[in-house]
Amino acid sequence: MKKELIELRVNGRPHELAIEPSALLLDVLRQDLQLTGSKRGCDDSSCGACTVLVDGVAMMSCTLLAASCEGQEITTIEGVSEHGSLAAIQKAYGDWGGAQCGYCTPGFIMTVKSLLAENPDPSAADVRAALSSNLCRCTGYSQMYEAIRAAIAAERQGVAIAK
Amino acid sequence: MGNDFSIIGKPTAMVDAAQKTTGSGKYTDDLSLPGMLVGKILHSPYPHARIKRIDTSRAEKCDGVVAVVVGKDAPNPYGILPVGHDEHALALDKVCYVGDNVACVVAVSEAVAERSLELIDVEYEVLPAYFNPEESMKAQTDLIHDNKPGNLEKDYHHVFGDPDRGFADADHVAEARFVANEVTHAAMEPHSTLASFEVDPHTGKPGRLTVWSSTQVPYYLQHKLSLVLEMPMQQIRVIKPLVGGGFGGKSEVIPLEIIAAVAARKAQAPVKITYTREEVFWAHRGRPRTIIDLKTGAKSDGRITAVNARVVQDGGAYCSYGVVTILYSGALLGALYDIPNIQYDGYRVLTNKPACGAMRGHGTVNVRFAFESQLDELAATIGMDPAEIRQRNLLQPPCITVNGLRVQSYGLPECIERTVERSGWKERKGKLPRGRGLGIACSHYVSGAANSIIRSDMPHSTVNIKIDRDGGVVVYTGASEIGQGSDTMTAQVAAEVLGCSLPRVRVIAADTDLTPIDIGSYSSRVTFMAGNATLRAAGEVKKLIAAAAAKKMGCDVEQLIFRDDAIFKKNGLGSAKSESAQTLRGPDGRGRPSPHGSSSSAHIESASVSGRVEGQILRGSLQQKRKDEGPKEWMTFEEAVVAAIDFHGALTGTGSYAPPLEARGGKHKGAGVGPSPAYSYSAQVAEVSVDEETGEVTVHKVWAAHDCGRALNPVSVEGQIIGSVWMGMGQALTEEMVWKDGMLMNPGLLEYRSPSSVESPEVEPIIVESVDPEGPFGAKECSEGSLAATIPAIANAIYDAVGVRLHESPFTPERVLAALRAKKNAKALNLTEGVDPTSPVRFREHGGALCFKGKGPERHALDPARREARSVPGGAD
Repeated sequence: MKKELIELRVNGRPHELAIEPSALLLDVLRQDLQLTGSKRGCDDSSCGACTVLVDGVAMMSCTLLAASCEGQEITTIEGVSEHGSLAAIQKAYGDWGGAQCGYCTPGFIMTVKSLLAENPDPSAADVRAALSSNLCRCTGYSQMYEAIRAAIAAERQGVAIAK
Repeated sequence: MGNDFSIIGKPTAMVDAAQKTTGSGKYTDDLSLPGMLVGKILHSPYPHARIKRIDTSRAEKCDGVVAVVVGKDAPNPYGILPVGHDEHALALDKVCYVGDNVACVVAVSEAVAERSLELIDVEYEVLPAYFNPEESMKAQTDLIHDNKPGNLEKDYHHVFGDPDRGFADADHVAEARFVANEVTHAAMEPHSTLASFEVDPHTGKPGRLTVWSSTQVPYYLQHKLSLVLEMPMQQIRVIKPLVGGGFGGKSEVIPLEIIAAVAARKAQAPVKITYTREEVFWAHRGRPRTIIDLKTGAKSDGRITAVNARVVQDGGAYCSYGVVTILYSGALLGALYDIPNIQYDGYRVLTNKPACGAMRGHGTVNVRFAFESQLDELAATIGMDPAEIRQRNLLQPPCITVNGLRVQSYGLPECIERTVERSGWKERKGKLPRGRGLGIACSHYVSGAANSIIRSDMPHSTVNIKIDRDGGVVVYTGASEIGQGSDTMTAQVAAEVLGCSLPRVRVIAADTDLTPIDIGSYSSRVTFMAGNATLRAAGEVKKLIAAAAAKKMGCDVEQLIFRDDAIFKKNGLGSAKSESAQTLRGPDGRGRPSPHGSSSSAHIESASVSGRVEGQILRGSLQQKRKDEGPKEWMTFEEAVVAAIDFHGALTGTGSYAPPLEARGGKHKGAGVGPSPAYSYSAQVAEVSVDEETGEVTVHKVWAAHDCGRALNPVSVEGQIIGSVWMGMGQALTEEMVWKDGMLMNPGLLEYRSPSSVESPEVEPIIVESVDPEGPFGAKECSEGSLAATIPAIANAIYDAVGVRLHESPFTPERVLAALRAKKNAKALNLTEGVDPTSPVRFREHGGALCFKGKGPERHALDPARREARSVPGGAD
């Protein structure tokens, strides 16, 4: 298939890329842009390891055409760290054991980002429902809930200090 | 110092946590090399067939295809066990399961490789295939492997004590057939391997090979690559990048690892192969479907008098870890309870399905499900509390069990006590509303096998430590971090021994060129064995530092205390220097951040006052100052290191671990599997509800107490307990590999039904510390032992809720409903009614209640599905 030139905005930076129209966003991120933080765990959007934000909405990049994301703002796990240090959610996932093997972690963190953007004070049931789009085989999810609670508390404390 | 540890026992974020949460950490598939090609594998569409002809010429002519690899490019057989060298990287003349590896195309891109796979012509002669182990055992012709008559991989017949007398002495005997269906690891990271040859500068030909692979066992991989490629081991370097979960699925050599290396040699370029999710299911090596005919005898006071188990495992097409699995199933009947008489007959059978291997709780899980369910049944018969019957059968350690297992630390009594207490067992058991119930079960597991699968006297773990003038501690270990926290444990143990802070320690792991041999991350051996090796290596280095420091400080080495990045004189702490010692400890008195208390700012503060930065800049002048001042009351870690290097030359230490002879088991055939230097113990209570209309089971909460000896990192220990319980729950309720004529019907993460966050219960982990006499700081296993108790705890809770005993896992709605209807004497539902009966000959050859009446295979008279789904004429409806 003949390649086409597209412009993708990823983590706030523009990239001009020549890709096949059938290229999937995950492959373009991982192979063309070397952003390997988004993972491939399945091939059919059943595991969520490839989750990225497209205009703030959590999407599974393994079943999304890269060309369809032109003109949209894509955020990957590489764009989550703030000013070179860990974001609250990343720190909390480490401290509370939310990540074991870590393979599903980028996808989970993107899902949590999108949840908290929509609902800054989610109930336990809200969190469970939101995380059900992603699979983890190590943690049994429990320690992720603690991490998310801790991250919300840390963010709130940060906001309080800023005020 | 007692329990006054400064590093271990504190909840600690994993040393590689930031790599994982930022996405910067590299797993094998994230790596690429200049000029790298992609390999794609052609798999067999038949479960059992002879390959008459392979023609790869059309594929080879394809633009973009660099090489096509077939079986004869690497004809040497291999297998993880020395007794089971029955695999070939690519099939030579026969394929043995749907998905068996036939050829590999190496091309410039995945798309080109995939397209050209279709251009390979393979002519097969289809052979009769075997899918059911009990049918397979009767085979006379068309054997799966010619040297295995009756398709029997291996059988063992063990008698310990006098089982006949034991049963004669029993007041109550329970007997039943249990079936545990096949499950797989489904680790989130699909297997991936990147192989690359270097050109030898002297010969100008391909020389050294480097392989990056998602493996739990780099050393075994190096060994098998050497066998197949006919290269000396020292010419092969295996590097394990981050691994996205293993659970046993990466604890042996998986075909793609060999194929990638063979392909790289033929294509003369680096080659990467990454499995698709479907290929991961075919690679499998999971927990075999197991048929357990179990008989247990007990006295009226609850004491077990004898156990007789006949276990048949559906092993798939190759040996894999099979011989070990079937031995574990029998051996681990011992070492949990005091059972005086055991008879065990184990059969590992070959079938035309992907090979089964080691999976979390290797060998023990399915038999434990049967045993703990039957023990519950006996308690009900006797009229005894199920928790009490377990307490009546405790071992009295230290002891050697009837089958030769040495038990020292034994936290089971406390595990039972604490789960009973935390779950409100005594107040609530039997008193919950109808449809809701509590169940208890126990389990145990080895802390590493006392005998390596490769018979030799080599240590199971070796660790090297190097400290240089910068005061940095580098630990070299072959132990494989696979997400369980191996690297963090190593760093913690080294830091605790040396009295230094964690950021000072750098762990270099699992690179066969750099790190000494460690046999890998499996059978829960790393904390115990690599931990002990680290302890000894750090102890060696500490001795050297202490000798130099004692000289500088004008005291005996016995008087020195290593702590908080400094070395103190034992008696010097009380005086003026105690102030500086306090400062060094950091504002929270511990010098480490903890997610359970202090904030992250404390970490930064403690780092800046620890003297690391200051120490480096001012080292020269400080040394000069100290020299002028004469003997000191205390020294910083850097000063002591510099003194030690000046004194001894180099500062390195090495330590290794081999299990003691007393822990290596008895002398009978097969006695090598089961013995361990220490066993972990677990007791669990599950609370479930059962919807009697739909048969759906919901697990509300699991209380899980686990004796891990000592929790070196409580966050990780809790994470491992919760993860094990959760995985056990998956096997208990939803996970099952469903087959039709050798085809896997659910090779995807949605269809395989691993529980999502919505279906996952709260798990309350309860850490029990029995402090093992031989474990590093008393630590034992914590990653596998809890899994086995979950399945029977749920089964027993279902019985408590609705009064039916389920003998076949997973406890799907169909099975629960069938059991409920059988109990009510109601007619069994035919769930396949209306499905086109002409198309599938067998809807499922085993498992599930979904079987065409009269069309499926004849079931064994004791098959639970047959019994539970039994239709009773003139039933209630």
